[in-house]
Amino acid sequence: MADYKEIITRYKDLPGGIIEAYHAIQKEQSYLPEEAIIAAAEVFEIPVKDAYGVATFYSMFSVKSRGKNVIRICESAPCHIAGAADVVAALEKELGIKMGETTPDGKFALEFTECVGQCQATPVITINGKPYGDITADKIPAILAEYK
Amino acid sequence: MAEEMRVVLRNYGKIDPLKIDDYINAGGYKSLEKARSMSQMDVINEVKKSGLRGRGGAGFNCGQKWTFAYQAQADQKYVICNADEGEPGTYKDRIIMENDPHSVLEGMAICGYAIGATKGYIYCRGEYPYVVDILNTAIAQAKEKGVLGNFDVEVRMGAGAYVCGEETALIESIEGHRGEPRYKPPFPPVIGLWGKPTIVNNVETFANIAVILEKGADWYAGLGAPSYPGTKVLTLTGDVVNKTFVEVPTNTTIRQVIYEFGGGIAGGKAFKAVQIGGTSGGFIPASLLDTQIDFDSMAAIGATLGSGAVLVMDETRDIVDVVERIAKFFEHESCGKCAPCREGTMRMHKLMSKVNQGKGTAQDVALMDKLGRVMSVACLCGLGQAAPSPVLTTIKHFKADYDAKLQ
Amino acid sequence: MANVTIDGIKVSVPDGSTILQAAQVAGVRVPTLCYHPDQAVKANCRVCVCEVEGQRLLQAACSQPVYDGMVVKTHSPKVVEARKTILELILAHHPQDCLSCIRNQNCELQALAEEYAIRENPFEKMVRGLPKDTSTPSIVRDPDKCVLCRRCVYACSVFQSVNALGLENRGNHAMVVPSLGKDLLDSPCVMCGQCIHACPVGAITENEQIDEFLAAVADPDKVVVTQIAPAIRVAIGEEVGMKTGEMPMEVFVAGLRQLGFDYVLHTNFTADLTILEEGNELLKRLKEGGKLPMFTSCSPGWINFCETFYPDLLDNLSTCKSPQQMFGALVKTYWAEKMGIDPAKIYSVSIMPCTAKKFEASRPEMKDSGFRDVDLVLTTREVGRLFRMAGIDFSKLAPSKFDSWMGAYTGAAVIFGATGGVMEAALRTVYEVVTGKTLEDLNFTFARGMEGIKEAEIDLDGTKVKVAIGHGLANARKLMDQVRAGQSPYHFIEIMACPGGCIGGGGQPLTKANVKRAERIDAIYVEDEGLPLRKSHENPEVKVLYEEFLHEPLGHKSHELLHTHYTPKNKKFL
Repeated sequence: MADYKEIITRYKDLPGGIIEAYHAIQKEQSYLPEEAIIAAAEVFEIPVKDAYGVATFYSMFSVKSRGKNVIRICESAPCHIAGAADVVAALEKELGIKMGETTPDGKFALEFTECVGQCQATPVITINGKPYGDITADKIPAILAEYK
Repeated sequence: MAEEMRVVLRNYGKIDPLKIDDYINAGGYKSLEKARSMSQMDVINEVKKSGLRGRGGAGFNCGQKWTFAYQAQADQKYVICNADEGEPGTYKDRIIMENDPHSVLEGMAICGYAIGATKGYIYCRGEYPYVVDILNTAIAQAKEKGVLGNFDVEVRMGAGAYVCGEETALIESIEGHRGEPRYKPPFPPVIGLWGKPTIVNNVETFANIAVILEKGADWYAGLGAPSYPGTKVLTLTGDVVNKTFVEVPTNTTIRQVIYEFGGGIAGGKAFKAVQIGGTSGGFIPASLLDTQIDFDSMAAIGATLGSGAVLVMDETRDIVDVVERIAKFFEHESCGKCAPCREGTMRMHKLMSKVNQGKGTAQDVALMDKLGRVMSVACLCGLGQAAPSPVLTTIKHFKADYDAKLQ
Repeated sequence: MANVTIDGIKVSVPDGSTILQAAQVAGVRVPTLCYHPDQAVKANCRVCVCEVEGQRLLQAACSQPVYDGMVVKTHSPKVVEARKTILELILAHHPQDCLSCIRNQNCELQALAEEYAIRENPFEKMVRGLPKDTSTPSIVRDPDKCVLCRRCVYACSVFQSVNALGLENRGNHAMVVPSLGKDLLDSPCVMCGQCIHACPVGAITENEQIDEFLAAVADPDKVVVTQIAPAIRVAIGEEVGMKTGEMPMEVFVAGLRQLGFDYVLHTNFTADLTILEEGNELLKRLKEGGKLPMFTSCSPGWINFCETFYPDLLDNLSTCKSPQQMFGALVKTYWAEKMGIDPAKIYSVSIMPCTAKKFEASRPEMKDSGFRDVDLVLTTREVGRLFRMAGIDFSKLAPSKFDSWMGAYTGAAVIFGATGGVMEAALRTVYEVVTGKTLEDLNFTFARGMEGIKEAEIDLDGTKVKVAIGHGLANARKLMDQVRAGQSPYHFIEIMACPGGCIGGGGQPLTKANVKRAERIDAIYVEDEGLPLRKSHENPEVKVLYEEFLHEPLGHKSHELLHTHYTPKNKKFL
């Protein structure tokens, strides 16, 4: 388990830096465990209910445990008409899980995202924030292999 | 044949964005120097005279906005660059920041000087971690060179919330809160970040500032459409041959954008509709393609220029299906603070799904029309006010597509 | 000043006024839902939107400032369409079980639906179907009914600084939840119930225990005894169509007998007793160098707050039980013996202005009589419902007196119901005990009123005692932080959890605005003024109690029955 307090304390002097701190936690842990939210409230001297309110507001944060490598599939209109649904089907088949789930080995989580700003190459997915464009079903195994 | 005009992207492909010397050798930071030799009000007047209007979507006169912040009395003021580029189909701010980050920093520093702010923030969306790295490199280089003087810039990252593109939600997010918009007035130039006067401008707006000071307000005011001068960076997506970005003068027509820069409809198919300005933009039918893209011309046809996203749909596209997808987007991105948006975006999605599945009735369409009308005037912020636009404009221009799916 | 036209009516209002304020001046009522007179403007329900001439967007009347020459339409067709649609949207997401809702006929949403003639809702009814949160004995949350106005969040965090309630998720999934999405019991909630007053609908309510009461009076083997807290009389009339303070005490007593109580006694009796115990405790601490400042301990919301947020300061709390629990311990010992009633048969019901009292009565240590000291706590609102159920016409009811031995009281006990009352009552007694002189002016007016923190230095014949009074837990927090930092100049601090004191308690008739609290306070002091005895140590039945049973304040029996100890809550998160 990462030392949440130590990670969060690095951002203590940043006014309003809780969001940056949460990003740092997720880099280690891929989600925000309850202890990390409580630690953030302590470090930033805000009520836990507010630290929790922030953690559950932003779609990149998860307060539930999820796979180490977070695959996000853009479903915004440009990717939608470029065939995002086929990408979803291919990824679900490849990983054997449904959208919103994590693989049994804890390696991958599948999530929807809205536009990630790589629309010159629709449909797009990101893995841990890194974008992959012009995705087709046959490209998927090679991309996933980078993370196995 | 219409031609590109690269003002904002003046250095695109010509400099190494990670080398500040390249930018300086191309004339960079001279405008900042010039601004600092002028009075604050003279700088603001120059920007005002150029006619530059915000490139984020609201289209407010930039110099006018700066005047409010300049006039506000405070011990600290802030400049915020809105880099929370969240409109689906839009990536122009990314292109600017990736290829010419110093043009943004220079514009911010000029604004800081003009309004009396020594601290700036760039709020960059969480989906662009690689852009954050570039910006931080640029800031470090600028600090090392000392070009920014006493103006300090810090990058903050969003975490996946479209609503944070709304300036008061963005401010809330920088303050470390839930990204929920504030009611207005008071407006940020009077009471903004941490209660202090704050200017929030878009990346593209800031990228225009240095050129305006360099070449003069009159030169800029002469570009494009007089009521919305300058250029606009557009990003073309969907069924066009060239899925790319272009920078064009604002008097370019939609038809020119699609057929001359976009190379027309892909696969030799016919045009059906185009949605401009991002996912909250109106849908535009073929009959209106000769409209100029400037803010006021677009508003006159019930559309928007918005972020400059251009989503083209060919004759095979199912409009109702696309609009259902968009309705889901707004349900997902509503912050949930105000009742008509929280409840309305959810209802709109439910009703669109019903219609798209062939289970809808004419009453459902009428209800969406009424709901959309109410949301567009009653919601707390621009998100809820703009959210019904795709539904309302498609009911207006593509009614047959709906009728074909009704029971 | 700005000249504004509201629905054709010209008014002149101060600059910076909102449309809502200007409309009030014009005599036009603009409907509101998230608006709360004592809270910051939220502008999130959008029910108050109005049309401003020259503007495309409708403006929220609660947040939009007026300007000179502004022309506003508050009920134009465009406005009414928007308002109706917003109400339909909210209603379609609401259970609409109005008939069986605790807020039936006292619900702001219901009133708006009636006002806007909502009939056939075009939006399909969709309710989340979430379980109720019944984790505490005091408060029940029904998240399905929440309309996300956030008034409870404001009350909990700003008025009370408890921060038990917050937001979770966003958009259509946004909810008001206890911290970290837990049950209320696991949150920092102190059960003060101020969220209930803030709630416009039935999403947060008291844990209603009317059925337990009805079962008890139906049981022939039970002797049902009640005690009435000091703050009840001034407010109970509001529940049965009377004005604040209008209910005569003896008519109220008669009404309680109609409900089936076998004996009607008074918490005021133990309030007077509290003064003798607590006053002597203070004097002892002052004399013997005990822990100071000493804090009062009558308010169970405050005790929960101290145990939750200031466990390091528990030794500063007076060890006196609250008047409710002193009463509970005595009624099944002293009183039972004096009356010759088997204490096992006594069913002790207290009528309290307070939701936290329900929790207090359930504390495991509160069984010093050998039984559960207090069996049931009913709030003022629940008793109001019982009165309405019983169909009592108070105008025709013959007055009735309290029963003996724990029914007598003085004005000092009456003022326990208002912020500053315990302090004033204590000073009346402590002064006379310490100086041996008779107080000429019994009115310690510094202690009265709605100001958040009140303080004074009292001269007890040469001994100077510095005292402070805080009501509303945000004010308590300020005083406690001072103590924790070692900078408190005070010897004695009175804290009441609820704004205004018990008259503003979480179990009182729904109280949206502080002006209502101030009205009840006024009524309390009128009652005090009119009583022949106004000093606790002059209470004749308390004298008998000491002579026959307790023998002396802080004595062995008192220690056993009237004093308690406190336990840190050790909450995992705050």
